[in-house]
Amino acid sequence: MDPITVIRSRTVVMPSTNIDTDQIVPARFLTTTTKEGLGKQLFADWRYDAAGQPKPDFILNRPEAVGCRVLVAGRNIGCGSSREHAPWALVDFGFQAVISAEIADIFRNNSLKNGLLPIIVDDETHAWLLANPGVEVEIDLVHASLKLPNDRSVSFPIDGFARHCLTHGVDELGYLLSQDAKIKAYESRRHA
Amino acid sequence: MSDPKTMFEKVWAAHEVLPQTADTPAVIFIDLHLTHEVTSPQAFAMLKSRGLKVRRPDLTLATMDHATPTRTEQVFGGAPISIESAAKQIRQLEVNCAEFGVELLGLQDSRRGIVHIIGPELGVTQPGKTIVCGDSHTSTHGAFGALAFGIGTTEVGHVMATQCLLQKKPKTFAIEVSGRLRPGVTPKDLILAIIGTVGVSGGTGYVFEYRGEAIRAMDMEQRMTICNMSIEAGARAGMIAPDEITFAYLKDKPRSPKAAAWDEAVAYWRTLATDEGATFDKTIEIDAASLEPMITYGTNPGMVVPISGRIPDRRGDAVFDAAMTYMGLTPGAPITAAPVNVVFIGSCTNGRLGDLQAAARVLKGQRVAPGVHMLVVPGSQEVKREAEQLGLHEIFKQAGAEWRESGCSMCLGMNGDTVAKGEYAVSTSNRNFEGRQGIGARTLLASPETAAASAIRGRVTDPREFII
Repeated sequence: MDPITVIRSRTVVMPSTNIDTDQIVPARFLTTTTKEGLGKQLFADWRYDAAGQPKPDFILNRPEAVGCRVLVAGRNIGCGSSREHAPWALVDFGFQAVISAEIADIFRNNSLKNGLLPIIVDDETHAWLLANPGVEVEIDLVHASLKLPNDRSVSFPIDGFARHCLTHGVDELGYLLSQDAKIKAYESRRHA
Repeated sequence: MSDPKTMFEKVWAAHEVLPQTADTPAVIFIDLHLTHEVTSPQAFAMLKSRGLKVRRPDLTLATMDHATPTRTEQVFGGAPISIESAAKQIRQLEVNCAEFGVELLGLQDSRRGIVHIIGPELGVTQPGKTIVCGDSHTSTHGAFGALAFGIGTTEVGHVMATQCLLQKKPKTFAIEVSGRLRPGVTPKDLILAIIGTVGVSGGTGYVFEYRGEAIRAMDMEQRMTICNMSIEAGARAGMIAPDEITFAYLKDKPRSPKAAAWDEAVAYWRTLATDEGATFDKTIEIDAASLEPMITYGTNPGMVVPISGRIPDRRGDAVFDAAMTYMGLTPGAPITAAPVNVVFIGSCTNGRLGDLQAAARVLKGQRVAPGVHMLVVPGSQEVKREAEQLGLHEIFKQAGAEWRESGCSMCLGMNGDTVAKGEYAVSTSNRNFEGRQGIGARTLLASPETAAASAIRGRVTDPREFII
């Protein structure tokens, strides 16, 4: 995974509350055995009509969404199913961060493991971002700060270990594997 | 004496390979990893690409349930599985399990079923264990006093490679349920009421512990229905203290401890319940006796009303308006006015024997209303056999319902079983999200009793019209 330190992008806003992972990738696309290519299926039932043609008024089909790396979503995005296909699809589409006032646990975990930054902001910042789609923001992961237009910035909570892994481009499995001796000691203790 | 602890804290502490520090999450040992065809292929591929093995195949159990067909001819009759990519995914799991030495209860295995139903049936689900699976309804196993939660595929790979997970310690949330459920009111109704009270994100960051008289009075299947839907309130795990009912359920299950090991295990399990005086980060109280049968009207499980009630009128609220547009229902109308085209009985929420018995009690001697398609899908092949021994399948078939092989089926519409666009399905499953049961499908979540009563009348129906 490439190290992530700063993300600068205009935002795309999807204001719906409780955007569940069934919307992000409907279950019928989960019979894939790879991670690749799920960007095509991202928000499939909102994005395409019955004939499979893009709906022109859906935000991700609009010209202003092209090239945007940051998704601002309504509260509690990622609720429901544990499918990691949801962050895979968002990343494959081109997103690098999701900002909301509330992000569901499993989705948040899964996002961190795929270089998709789950950024939780306060209600006021969230409301402002929802009301101002397309603004340029800068996410500074090293300092855990989100810079908004007019030199405003807010900090966001991020687990220190996850931040370390993301900013250094290392994955968590490497750390777990390096704990092998401790795991072995635990296993023998349990069986004693 | 040490400080009083909650059950969650005891189970967590017993599995700390390394405790959480300011810089690192805890390393938590996993006692049981359940895996299935949909969320494992990319994890096996990762192991392969990094030259890793499954560290503890003895603590890993695979089955197939999500993408598997439920039509007998496709499961046992040699007919091709109608969804080609599903067939491929099933084959991939067979290949992966063979290559990595993981036990697989495959498509035609008599012990196969929904992963959260077979764990308890086999007796591998036990109090005090840490249990994970790449599926959010892993919370089901918490009914035994296990710490059980869903994980993504990257974490599936972590567990395969190391038998451990990096975890931040969640907070604790007590759900105190006083009193007893009234006749015709089921655990499904209780959990829907709890989700309606807590909200669909109210449990985010917490582990629930369901407590109180109503919970203690439930059998294990009922407790599993409760814990199953913890995730629908945002909580990754929900737990219930093990007691004599738990021990009696597990005794003599195929893989539960035997002889001296059994006595030792029970002695340990008795220590797990939350200590007197232990504190929770949050507590709510619910009076079970005040509840009615509940049913959802919207597009998340928190949008729920008592069956004698009306759909609320919150026009102007964006979530509500979007849900009403999708559902095609009228704000303020009685929920019993909602039409029904499909009834689904099954899933990891309500696909156990007791659920099928409850539905059969309502349906016995009745007919499904003309035009209603009713599907009854046992949660496992074991449930199917038991139900058939009791003749339940005959009751369903005589009522006009279809009786299928086990699997996730219409809960998530990725296996050929779907609800058509615009149709109303009263479903005993766990999610009424847009499109969950099929593109444009409109789901109303309810108990098996309510689902069966609604099938008979062809509209949403209070089951107490049939069972009291």
